[in-house]
Amino acid sequence: MTKSDLIEKVSSRVTAFSRKDVEIIIDTLFESMTESLIKGGKVEIRGFGSFKIKKRDGRQGRNPKSGENIFIGAKKVPFFKAGKEIKERLNKTS
Amino acid sequence: MTKADIVETVFEKVGYSKKDVSAVVEEVFECIKGNLVKGDKVKVSGFGNFSVRQKRSRRGRNPQTGSEITIGQRRVLTFKASQLLKKAINGSPAA
Repeated sequence: MTKSDLIEKVSSRVTAFSRKDVEIIIDTLFESMTESLIKGGKVEIRGFGSFKIKKRDGRQGRNPKSGENIFIGAKKVPFFKAGKEIKERLNKTS
Repeated sequence: MTKADIVETVFEKVGYSKKDVSAVVEEVFECIKGNLVKGDKVKVSGFGNFSVRQKRSRRGRNPQTGSEITIGQRRVLTFKASQLLKKAINGSPAA
């Protein structure tokens, strides 16, 4: 399922909006989540999961192709933890 | 940021009625969840991909008591952030 499939499906279920409006809302939704993460905040969606940023220290690495030593700078990586409800639903027998 | 904050932000940016925006946001996560439970992955371009992975059962250990236990086979949800999201978080302009 891609974002456009998601837009399609949601707009078929929510009659208050046109497909275009749903598209705008969904785009804005993911944008606002991204913005919150950029600011260093945590995003928590009950039942689905939470997103947060983890900091990675810089480290000495090596270019696997040339064997050259390089320094890999500190960076931030996004991290997702699945929520309880979805975990349970994924493993329900039947 | 919670679902309510997302609704608030979307509402501030695009207007519409808060109740209707809330219904869409609610439906978005329900759709994603339903799709993942079916085993299908969900790709959100510019944000990341959600996919379900099958884990085999393995022997583990309770870290608190040290006793050995068997961790049964299960399905887990994984998220892989898009390049765009990774870049945005590290301060580069988002494409």
